[in-house]
Formats: sequence, C-alpha cells, structure tokens
Amino acid sequence: MADTQYTQERKPQYEGPPDYRVAGQHGMYPNVSHDESARFNFLAQMNRHLSTQVMPFIGKAYEARIEPERIKTEGKPFASRHEVRKALAKDPIWQWWSALRRATMESRQQAGRWVVLRQADELNTKAADLTNSDPRLLLDSKLPLPRGVEAIDHHCMPGSYHTELVEGDITGPANYDIGLFATTGGMLGLYNDGGGKAVAEWVRKNLGEDFKPKRILDIGCGLGHNVLPLAEAFPEAEVIGIDVGAPMLRYGLARAKSMGIENVKFIQGDAADLSSFDDESFDWVQSTMFLHETSYKTMPHIFSESFRVLKNDGIVLHVEQPQYDSSMSLFEQAMRDWDAFYNNEPFWTKMHEVDLDDWMIRAGFKQDELIHGGVAAIVDKDVFPDAADDDSEDFGRKAAWHVVGARKSA
Amino acid sequence: MSNIDPIKLAGAKAKGKRPYFMDNPDVERLTNIVLVLTQELAVTRERMDTIERLLERGEPVTKAAIESFRASRTEADERGLWTQEYLARVFRIIQQEGEAIETGDEAESEEVADELAERA
Ligand SMILES: C[S@@+](CC[C@H](N)C(=O)[O-])C[C@H]1O[C@@H](n2cnc3c(N)ncnc32)[C@H](O)[C@@H]1O
Repeated sequence: MADTQYTQERKPQYEGPPDYRVAGQHGMYPNVSHDESARFNFLAQMNRHLSTQVMPFIGKAYEARIEPERIKTEGKPFASRHEVRKALAKDPIWQWWSALRRATMESRQQAGRWVVLRQADELNTKAADLTNSDPRLLLDSKLPLPRGVEAIDHHCMPGSYHTELVEGDITGPANYDIGLFATTGGMLGLYNDGGGKAVAEWVRKNLGEDFKPKRILDIGCGLGHNVLPLAEAFPEAEVIGIDVGAPMLRYGLARAKSMGIENVKFIQGDAADLSSFDDESFDWVQSTMFLHETSYKTMPHIFSESFRVLKNDGIVLHVEQPQYDSSMSLFEQAMRDWDAFYNNEPFWTKMHEVDLDDWMIRAGFKQDELIHGGVAAIVDKDVFPDAADDDSEDFGRKAAWHVVGARKSA
Repeated sequence: MSNIDPIKLAGAKAKGKRPYFMDNPDVERLTNIVLVLTQELAVTRERMDTIERLLERGEPVTKAAIESFRASRTEADERGLWTQEYLARVFRIIQQEGEAIETGDEAESEEVADELAERA
C-alpha cells in the first residue's frame, strides 16, 4: 500500500486509557459529572503523554549529553543514583517533564477534591449510615500517627490518609479512589483492584489449592482496593485490614459493604505494633504498596511483627515496585526516585535500596523459606489496558510489581 | 450542614515544601496555569463532542442527557485519539526539543545563508 494514502482503515489504532465513565460505580462512589469525568480523561491522557511522548527524551538526553558531560568534567562516570538525579535536574528536558508531571498531579488532586468536597455532606452521611455501629469497623482515635504519615502529604494529596475536615469525614479516601484512574491511565482496572486480583491469583497458582487461609491480615490496607480481591478469592477467610488512617478504614468498610463483600474487617492500628493480635494467629500477612510509605526505623518492627503473628506454614507477601539492585542502571534508579523527591514519597528511595531478603531473615525467616515473584494488574482486557502487555514504562507507576515474601516452615 | 468550602479547599496545598524544577519559578507557575487552561479546553471539547453525538443519535440535548451520556467503545476511542493528537499539538515545542537532542548540533539558517552567499 502506498504510504501517501491515509485512508479510514489506516487511521492510527487507539492505544490508551478507556473513558473514565467505565470505572466501577460501587455504592460509595461519588457522583462525577460529565465535565468532571472529562477532566479525569484529560489527566489520564496527560500522564500517558508524559510517560510515552516526553519521558523517552530524558533517556536520550542522558546518553547524548548528561553522561558525556559528566565524564568530560569529572573524568569518571556517575557513582550513585543521587548524582545522576542531581545532574538530570539541570537538564531542560527533565525540568519540563518534571514541572508538567508535578502540575498534572496537583491538578488531579484538585479535580478529585472538587468532586468529593462539593458533595461532602452526602458522602459522609452515606458512609456513616453504612458503618455506624458495625463491629467490623474498629477505630482508635488515640493512635499516634507515624512520622512518615504526619510529616508530609503523600503524593501531593492534601490531608493525606488521615485528615478529617469534619467528624467522620471520608472525602480524603473518596478523592484517592476516584482519581487513581487518572494517575494510572485506567491500568488498575474496574475497581482499582487489579493488583489485589493479581496477588490472589499468584497465590493460587504458586501455593496451590491446598493453601486455604482462614485468617488474612493486610497491613497498611488503605481503603481496601487490594484487600477486597483477597476476601473475594477466599470467601471462607476472615480478612482484616489495618491502617493508621481512620477515614480510609471507614470509607473502606462502607465501600466493601456496598459491593456485597462481608468477610472484611477494618481496624485502626500501626503495622509496627500488632500487639492486639496473638502470636501465630494469621495464615497470611499481606502488604501491598505499603512499605515505601513507612520508615527505616519502623520497618524492622513491621517485619518482626508480621513474623510473630504468622502461623506455621503461613505466608508473608510484600508487593512493591522492584528494588534497586546492581542489575538496575543508575539512570533507571534515579528516574524511579522521582516520586521520592518530587511527589512527596520520602521513604521511597531508601526503601527501594534495602535488601528485603536480608530484612526478612533478620525478622526470623530462613533463607530457604523466602519467596520471590512478580505480578501485573489483572483487569478486564476488553475494557482496560493490560499492564502485562504494555511495554511503556512510567518509572515507579507501572501496574506491575515484585513480590517478596516468605513461608514459615511448619 | 458542614461549612466545607469546596472551591477553596479543592486547590489546597499539600503538606511539604513544593519543589520547582525550572530555572525560573515564574515560568513554572505560568506553565501550571497553561496546563490547567489546556485541561479546561479539553473538557469543553469533550462536552461539545457529547452534544454532537447526542444530536447524531437524534436524542434531545438536555443537561440530563449530557450527564448520562455513555460513549460506545468506538466513540471513546475516537475521543481518546483526539485528546492524544491535541496534546501532541499543544506540547509540540517539547517534542521538537526532544528530537533536537538526537540530531545534535545543527547549522543555523544564518550560517547556511553565509555559506550559500559565498562566491565561487
Ligand atoms: C499507598 S497506601 C497503600 C494502600 C493499600 N495497601 C493499597 O494497595 O491500596 C499506604 C497506606 O499505608 C498506611 N500506613 C502508613 N504507615 C502505616 C503504619 N505504620 N501502619 C499502618 N498503616 C500505615 C497509610 O495510611 C496508607 O493508607
């Protein structure tokens, strides 16, 4: 076919986020108007534009001018990801990409907050009606906030996971819920639960049908996006999510109930101190995209507590973006560190450099009990983009993760 | 009723000092404003597109019809493609700066002009 012909059939094939309006409307979902949906559509496309059309130029700039310039002036290559990042920060293409990425994140927050705050009273009443005097919500208003949560609002989300504008306020988590689509371009699927679905399937595949957990603990469960798929996959199990943020838990239970999922409890607690749970009382301790929001001081406690509450033959699984090891280029590490320094994820950088195997062993596991794997979000591929098939890279934000864990030997 | 002011609170600042990336923070502030204007034009465009499609379907164009409009897969793909093309247009200068990285040093027109003006 002649290249000059641009016929209807040769129209470029669309690849990208689906329409925002396909997002799963559970019973706690706010009303999102036509224009508000359109705004999320734009933001999802904007993020995709930045990752597929702008970011590749940063790699080119690194090769063509940033690294050569370093060799020329210092006579030696970069020695650390921090050196790389500081050099990137002087390059105009990185500056433009960063300025727009940050601006897009802030605009996404504003877009979501507008939606939930304009209907705050309705949403808060709905959540109260669904959760008041339900024993599956256990809050502890005296629980101190970990420094990592209190010091900074994660991913530029004003008020973070814990702030209540009025008593019983759940607009924070509602905003988190409705805007995740824009940040991930719909990659997390119908209910932003593609990660949890993938973990459930991974466990079934790798541990077999014999693994029948009776009690599952999800630490740092947030509003339960990735907890509910576990509860659905193991309907016989009692599933408990703990988090420090009361609004997340309240919204989480209300959302779960509105989706007809009943075998989940949401308890306010700190993952570094599980003293309200007995030794060897869980078959499975799960964390999903949680460790990077903790701290160097608390992580050993989180690991040892997870070990303690785990039954023999039980599993601990941590799901995170890949660790920085010697097989990952310093450039990639520096790019992945962007969220740490410029999107209010301060522990992201340190968390990703530690040797998780070593930490698991120090918590009590043996080398041959360790588990390693990988998962990619499971979504309805007819509607949502498939992370497993997608070769674009949005350093740190792709819907594909590593699994590091252990199975306690009997 | 609570006294939550959604207009003011929607744009609240997140806790933590804001980083600036560009050499001139004013350029970056303006970039933020331009990005949001770009966004709002896309929103308006999507609304127009919805109205057109309602008209094509022969349905009454009311606010309620706009609110409950659902694009078919093909329609949604067309809208998505439009936005991608739109973004490529708005951010053309970044694309061109990016392409220039690979090209490396190029002659300016004035240099070529001088060269072409050289006598045999
Ligand atoms: C990025 S979110 C991840 C939420 C969830 N696991 C998911 O996959 O959607 C991290 C959550 O960890 C919570 N968190 C942070 N530090 C914590 C701690 N020490 N103990 C319990 N929860 C904590 C935050 O409140 C937040 O909800």
